[in-house]
Amino acid sequence: MIMERGVIIYKKEVAPNIFKMIIKADDIAEKIKAGQFIVLMTTERGERIPLTVAESDGCKGTITIFVQRAGKSTYELTDMSDGSKLYSLSGPNGRASEIEKVEGNVVFVCGGVGTAVMYPVLKANKEFGNRLIAIMGAKTKELFILRDEIEKISDQIIICTDDGSVGAKGFTTNILEELIKSGIKVGKVIVAGPPMMMKLIAEITQKYAISTVASLVAIMIDGTGMCGGCRVGINNGSKFVCCDGPEFDAHKVNWGDLLLRQMVYAEEEKISLERYKEKERCYE
Amino acid sequence: MSKDKKGIEIARQIPDVRKPEQRIEDFNEVSRGFSREKAILEASRCLQCKKPKCCEGCPAKIDIPAFIKLITEGRFIEAGLKIKESNPLPQVCGRVCPQEIQCEKSCILGIKEQPVAIGAMERYLGDFLAQEDSQGLKTVVSLNILTKNGKKVAAVGSGPASLSLAFELVKLGYEITIFEALHEFGGVLVYGIPEFRLPKEIVKKEIAFLEKLGVKFIKDCVIGKIKSLDDLRREFNAVFLGLGAGTPLFFNISGENLCGVYSANEYLTRVNLMKAYLFPEYDTPILKRDRVVVLGGGNVALDAARTAIRLQASQVTILYRRTIEEMPARLEEIHHAEEEGVNFQFLASPIKFIGENGWLKRIKCQEMEFYDVGVNGRKKVRPIENSNFFIDCDVAIVAIGATSNKILINESKGLVINKMGYIEVDNNGKTSLEGVYAGGDITSGSATVILALGAGKRAALAIYSYLSNEQLK
Ligand SMILES: Cc1cc2nc3c(=O)[nH]c(=O)nc-3n(C[C@H](O)[C@H](O)[C@H](O)COP(=O)(O)OP(=O)(O)OC[C@H]3O[C@@H](n4cnc5c(N)ncnc54)[C@H](O)[C@@H]3O)c2cc1C
Ligand SMILES: Cc1cc2nc3c(=O)[nH]c(=O)nc-3n(C[C@H](O)[C@H](O)[C@H](O)COP(=O)(O)OP(=O)(O)OC[C@H]3O[C@@H](n4cnc5c(N)ncnc54)[C@H](O)[C@@H]3O)c2cc1C
Ligand code: SF4
Ligand code: SF4
Ligand code: FES
Repeated sequence: MIMERGVIIYKKEVAPNIFKMIIKADDIAEKIKAGQFIVLMTTERGERIPLTVAESDGCKGTITIFVQRAGKSTYELTDMSDGSKLYSLSGPNGRASEIEKVEGNVVFVCGGVGTAVMYPVLKANKEFGNRLIAIMGAKTKELFILRDEIEKISDQIIICTDDGSVGAKGFTTNILEELIKSGIKVGKVIVAGPPMMMKLIAEITQKYAISTVASLVAIMIDGTGMCGGCRVGINNGSKFVCCDGPEFDAHKVNWGDLLLRQMVYAEEEKISLERYKEKERCYE
Repeated sequence: MSKDKKGIEIARQIPDVRKPEQRIEDFNEVSRGFSREKAILEASRCLQCKKPKCCEGCPAKIDIPAFIKLITEGRFIEAGLKIKESNPLPQVCGRVCPQEIQCEKSCILGIKEQPVAIGAMERYLGDFLAQEDSQGLKTVVSLNILTKNGKKVAAVGSGPASLSLAFELVKLGYEITIFEALHEFGGVLVYGIPEFRLPKEIVKKEIAFLEKLGVKFIKDCVIGKIKSLDDLRREFNAVFLGLGAGTPLFFNISGENLCGVYSANEYLTRVNLMKAYLFPEYDTPILKRDRVVVLGGGNVALDAARTAIRLQASQVTILYRRTIEEMPARLEEIHHAEEEGVNFQFLASPIKFIGENGWLKRIKCQEMEFYDVGVNGRKKVRPIENSNFFIDCDVAIVAIGATSNKILINESKGLVINKMGYIEVDNNGKTSLEGVYAGGDITSGSATVILALGAGKRAALAIYSYLSNEQLK
């Protein structure tokens, strides 16, 4: 396999509809920092889609992403075979996560594929000497990713599933509230996952005045700050998630804005996913 | 009227333009430009003035009477090469240059009669040369490119400013590498100006021509992220910043984040760069709705409005706070928009975007009135008390200008920026950092293609003398 930039080196379905993919990209592997992401296009007709870099290997010159199948682009990406080359791959995008000394514990709340964002930020906080508690939530036990890796570097880990198939039954929100009420010193909360979950987590920590950072997602086009499509209300102004973020103070985010703007192209996306699946069916 | 041999007065020739009802059905080019006959006829109108004012009106200082004379002698290739001596993108400038306020404005014939149609002839020759000399062999020979001198220059951004810098420096034997953030080269020529005004094929061919001359192009490369300005300063003998003014401005009024509200940059980038008008063949979607309001009065607002028409919007209105006289857009394009069914509402500005469950429904606006003339001669406007009115719409496109992209600027210590957010330069493009030059919209703010080309050329000459003295040290 030619090890050219943008080539898919490894792909494995690590949870239902969630794929771990390793991509050759020496330049990005060298420069990427925790909290940053890349923007890629599968083909010349593809969308430019943002994906977090969960791991990178400076010597091998590779980056690792975890891709959840959502619509056409993520289906097409996860259907790409090893050795095939991405049409476009750029990054690192966005500002790196701010790592600072925290009194007490730093609590990481990871929801679904949002865990991919939390893992490098967890590692960076570990190296910085902060004390880490990880709360990992998923619908059911197969949907966890990076569970062992995170367990290894966290001082404490709490697993929960909506259906109770593993760990506590319930949502990350109740786990977090119980943790805070238990009197453990929580200096900072960092959250990444579905926007609704991040919104609820922010509401809880606001009650207890605990500084909280959320790693936002938004529909993006260029990812370099030249279109404003990824804008979100922050306090009374607006910020661009792709270059001012993706991390923001969760108590300043206009969550209503964010949730609504995700749905803008729901109809169009259904069309392109159905078209893609039909095309795939006649190839099989 | 200028006389010709048979004594018939020759009027200014008008390029062939596709009928409105036909051209709004697709994104193909609106104007077909001159035929050969029209080019020759138009060329014969030129007085071949001894002191041609038209050249002073052209920022690239093209020898206009010279190339026009070559047309009258039927020497089209040489005429095209004459232009290419000082303007690498004749096919582009012939199409988008605001000739009416530049070269044609100062044409002496225009004092008593219609000015010579310089832009249309330039376009004809650019297209002719691209066809006849498609591999660019004749052009290469005519440029007498000097042997390589081993000096390496980096250019950041691949818009007109960097392209013209690369063109000048590759002729002088330098090795140029252009770094572009996006996956396509050409800057606004590719993501901003629509296909129906500037076919992307033309830009692709110009890039391919520069590659043939030895210019290296690297895509997907954001300087300030994947590489720093300091990295470039170490690896290259000089660096040019042609970053453009790509960050869109918003009104910052309530409701601006509703679904259905776009910046013109986003709307045009989705359609031009990502070909959303071919969805679902291409994957990037765009909202196709009936009632579209575009807020602004420049080329960008017009391009957005005419794009919306082609996406089958049934009602497209441009809302501008002044009147048609003050619109910065080119008059010719305003007429094209009117013909294509774009409505105009002047002396009005938005107060608030109003939505229902997250989707835009209407805009609350107010009427404006003139009350003073600004120092730059621009008429000042102010709202008229309780003149509010509403416009129902599904999509709103904010086209009120752009400012500098901060990714590289925020990361470059010592690079002096003025209070408008643009890079400070002397008139040769020299910045506060040694060996670092800049030009185009990143220094002037949103301006024009030809000014960016002119700036790239001046910076190239400044780099040439800087590096030649470097050798003497
Ligand atoms: C900074 C950032 C980092 C991200 N990191 C990851 C990651 O590590 N792994 C991963 O699987 N996904 C990640 N995402 C989300 C990913 O970009 C979207 O899943 C992808 O764009 C969807 O494209 P699609 O064509 O497959 O789905 P679409 O057809 O575009 O949409 C399908 C559904 O997904 C939702 N969606 C679309 N685009 C986005 C988006 N940009 N963000 C969130 N939801 C979206 C839509 O609401 C829609 O309902 C990230 C997004 C951002 C902004
Ligand atoms: C919609 C629209 C219509 C227009 N119509 C006309 C017209 O009809 N006539 C006319 O004369 N002018 C027109 N203009 C203005 C003209 O396009 C600009 O003045 C001209 O393109 C400026 O050229 P530039 O090289 O300075 O920058 P740009 O053309 O903006 O190119 C800058 C390039 O740099 C890249 N870049 C930015 N930052 C980085 C970075 N950190 N690293 C790497 N790459 C980077 C960008 O991606 C972009 O490709 C129009 C502009 C727009 C937006
Ligand atoms: S480049 Fe523009 S200004 Fe100069 S001659 Fe051509 S059309 Fe006129
Ligand atoms: S000023 Fe007008 S008439 Fe005179 S040379 Fe120039 S184009 Fe011809
Ligand atoms: S994606 Fe275009 S500005 Fe962020």
